[in-house]
Amino acid sequence: MSLDFIDWALVRDLLSWFLFLLGSAAVVIGALGIVRFPDFFSRLHGAGITDTAGAELIVFAMMLQAPNWIVLAKLIFIAAFFGLTSPVATHAIAHAAWMVGFKPMQGAALRYKGDEGE
Amino acid sequence: MGRILILVLNLVVIWLLLSGYFDKPLLLAFGAASVAFTTWLAVRARIIDNDSVPSGLFPGILGYWAWLIFEIGKANILVARQALAVEPKLSPKLFTVPNPPRSSVGKATFGNSITLTPGTVTIDVREEEILVHALTEELADVEAITAMGERVARAERRQT
Amino acid sequence: MMFAVATVAIFIAMSLALVRAFVGPSLYDRVLAGNSFGTKTVLLIGVMGFLTGRPDFLDIAILYALINFAATIAILRFFSYREATAKDRARPLNEGEAP
Repeated sequence: MSLDFIDWALVRDLLSWFLFLLGSAAVVIGALGIVRFPDFFSRLHGAGITDTAGAELIVFAMMLQAPNWIVLAKLIFIAAFFGLTSPVATHAIAHAAWMVGFKPMQGAALRYKGDEGE
Repeated sequence: MGRILILVLNLVVIWLLLSGYFDKPLLLAFGAASVAFTTWLAVRARIIDNDSVPSGLFPGILGYWAWLIFEIGKANILVARQALAVEPKLSPKLFTVPNPPRSSVGKATFGNSITLTPGTVTIDVREEEILVHALTEELADVEAITAMGERVARAERRQT
Repeated sequence: MMFAVATVAIFIAMSLALVRAFVGPSLYDRVLAGNSFGTKTVLLIGVMGFLTGRPDFLDIAILYALINFAATIAILRFFSYREATAKDRARPLNEGEAP
């Protein structure tokens, strides 16, 4: 069975187009989440989309376009670095806010706990 | 001793990949010198343990990562729908989940996995439990997160 | 072409993150927006490198990722010292974002 009839460069370009569009969409959606969500703790989740889906998909798309293996290795390094540090940074921000006394909105009514009587 | 060897090998690989030079003796010598210096500092500061060189996690963690990527993909779709919705149906929730991994690296891996999954963020890591903030009722799935923690506990081979 | 699309998308996302950084209302919202902005900058540097045909830009992207992470932690560290000295800090900080 021969696969010579497949234009591999075209397949690669289509695949990176797909990943780039998906990743760009995820980055924009994450930023929209940061702007639109009502309180600080829910905004963290918007940043989560940018950091995971957005960043990794765009890096994967760049990997497919890498002209040589040094570039590929650097992209793998960036992907691993994002995967290891972005949750640490998000947790550090959330934990710092929690320690200072921020309380999240809770429940579908989006009320701060303890604010009912005010 | 085994950990030092693993550290040196990792440093050499990182240096070679980032520099990209394999045939310039001067640059290779600089690389060797910096690797030796870093290793010496690490040994002298006595920080080579399961936290800095978590060899105990391998290879069990690789399968876990592959599983985690799928979980992240699924959660991304759920959160993205809320971010795009005209009227986001949020019901933020704080809850605790047990923290089964024994080693500190395992605990850190579990906490980071929760944060890495969009829709849930680790707010406070305690000895026996983790305080989690979830975006919606659907994402605040205590059983699924507990199962994730048990996967991490199974992935860590050595306990320290 | 695909790099140009990604660049435009990242620029849009960066301006949205900047909106959050300016609006606030709390310090931690701004730090979060700044961190997210940094992540997008790393992606932008990488994609711009490919767009201009110079993938060597990735070295700068790696460096920026390192600095971004260290800067976020350092800023939080700095403000945790400031907050530790501020009295009665729970309510005034939450007031900015009451619904």
